[in-house]
Amino acid sequence: MSFPWAKEYTPAHPFMKWMDERLPIPRLVYNAVGGGYEVPRNLNYFWNFGFLAGLCLVIQIVTGIVMAMHYAANSAVAFDTIEMTVRDVNWGWLMRYAHANGASAFFVVIYVHIFRGFYFGSYKAPREMVWLLGVVIFLLMMATAFMGYVLPWGQMSFWGAKVITGLFSAIPLVGEPLQQWLLGGFAPDNAALNRFFSLHYLLPFVILGVVILHIWALHIPGSSNPTGVEVKSESDTVPFYPYYVAKDGWAIGVFAILYCAFVFFAPNYFGHPDNYIPANPMSTPAHIVPEWYFWPFYAILRAFTQNFFFIPAKLMGVLAMFGAILVWFFLPWLDKSPIRSASYRPVYKAFFVVLCLDMLVLFYCGGAEAKEPYVMISQIAAMYYFAHFLIILPIVSAIEKPKPLPYSITEAVLGKDDAARLEPSA
Amino acid sequence: MAEEDGVRRRDFINVAAVSAAGVAGIGVVIPLVSQMSASADVLAASTTEVDYSSVQPGQAIKAIFRKQPVFIRNLTQAEIDAANKVDISTLRDPQTLAERTKPGKENWLITMGVCTHLGCVPLGAGEGEPRGEFGGYFCPCHGSSYDTAARIRKGPAPLNLQVPDYAFTSDTVVTIG
Repeated sequence: MSFPWAKEYTPAHPFMKWMDERLPIPRLVYNAVGGGYEVPRNLNYFWNFGFLAGLCLVIQIVTGIVMAMHYAANSAVAFDTIEMTVRDVNWGWLMRYAHANGASAFFVVIYVHIFRGFYFGSYKAPREMVWLLGVVIFLLMMATAFMGYVLPWGQMSFWGAKVITGLFSAIPLVGEPLQQWLLGGFAPDNAALNRFFSLHYLLPFVILGVVILHIWALHIPGSSNPTGVEVKSESDTVPFYPYYVAKDGWAIGVFAILYCAFVFFAPNYFGHPDNYIPANPMSTPAHIVPEWYFWPFYAILRAFTQNFFFIPAKLMGVLAMFGAILVWFFLPWLDKSPIRSASYRPVYKAFFVVLCLDMLVLFYCGGAEAKEPYVMISQIAAMYYFAHFLIILPIVSAIEKPKPLPYSITEAVLGKDDAARLEPSA
Repeated sequence: MAEEDGVRRRDFINVAAVSAAGVAGIGVVIPLVSQMSASADVLAASTTEVDYSSVQPGQAIKAIFRKQPVFIRNLTQAEIDAANKVDISTLRDPQTLAERTKPGKENWLITMGVCTHLGCVPLGAGEGEPRGEFGGYFCPCHGSSYDTAARIRKGPAPLNLQVPDYAFTSDTVVTIG
């Protein structure tokens, strides 16, 4: 689907005409990311992060396939094969650090992308499916990243695997057998390492498939924009090529500077020294933490230290941690305000800022040791996190008086829109 | 199939075909799911013999059972008294020390070295490791504290450190599993 003024694909070369009649892939590309896709003219830089997320996925797949060429998923040698990749394989150090830091870069980009959605109401009708698929991608990313971190078979890898699969043992009745089934044993060992490698190779391609659905669903209504006002006329849009291709190119430049700064100058900044110690099932590192991108959710897990009526603390923590992400699935229906953009929602905007601060507090507590005052701070922050989605959002969207919206995207950009009429605007 | 009872030959074939496909589907899923469970070689390595004769009162050693640590602790009289003094109705997972040891060998506390929260190895078995505020074991991952009978006293863990099946097979050897 597209706007009526979108340019049609017209192949010039006879071969392209021949192709178009048989397998119209060039037409598909033209309409998806070429001159045939009309995009609101007022997108700000936050709209570059979707493209950057796609770029990160490509970086991870390419460097990951290379890593797999030098890696052996066997608990006896896995640690050594990673070290040999770094030390002995031509450019192996680059591939390894590009892959490890690529994961961090991917999560930085995806968090900005998600919070862009929170702020500008990108999850609202008619884009709920885009949002839901996005949450699915995020969950797949977390699973993939977790399993990837296990593969080097260092201390953090091993104990991360043990703790995270231990989450499943909290489930009543089936928990213990389920954990043993997931691991293929009583503790993480060769069987677990092998299946994690298999799935770590598979899931990125599943993500790629869901990304295609995500973009497909997006292109039905077309991209949202910072005003949240829907496209009305031709003057509201510009074609994706060349305008946003050029802008995304600029985003690649900025991204590459930051990414390369870490890959080349601080490749282990996001890692843990303990993961350069081979896995030892007999000794837990003094301070085990997951990778930084899990810290907010890890803080929520650890916030539950008391039994809650008949539910054990351990199960509560696990439910809360998964619930913290699953609540996003309900976001389009929890926030009932018809106004998308927080720019026109003064009350929601304030709570959005508080949510961001709350996430930073959870982030900090998740990386800190499990002692006071961090436990109590995470309890308060976790409570606020859920209150934001389950209590504050429905109330705010019911009582808030929004600011007046511009008539159109064109008016928002130029200050006037010749096509403006005195009809009620959406 | 007679036409008059309302069931046609085609209905029968339809139900039979779909049923067969369903049974075949289950037959395919069972091996695909089951292959992920612990394999025979993993299950075979599930008993361990340990010589505990050198463990002095107040000391503990770590052994390996099912690729996981087991703590074998020789309790001092003070630790036994501290464990027996606790009113078990106040415990999260109520058990007496006697229930967690063998008769006549009350000073030998044999537990898994696996925190019942998320499976870290608690500290306290090694020399000089912190033993938490209840003098037993302390899990550094999420702050669970166990007392001198390795019972959960504080923190997120739901249960006492698990006591594996074991038997004293001689004066110096204990068989775990």
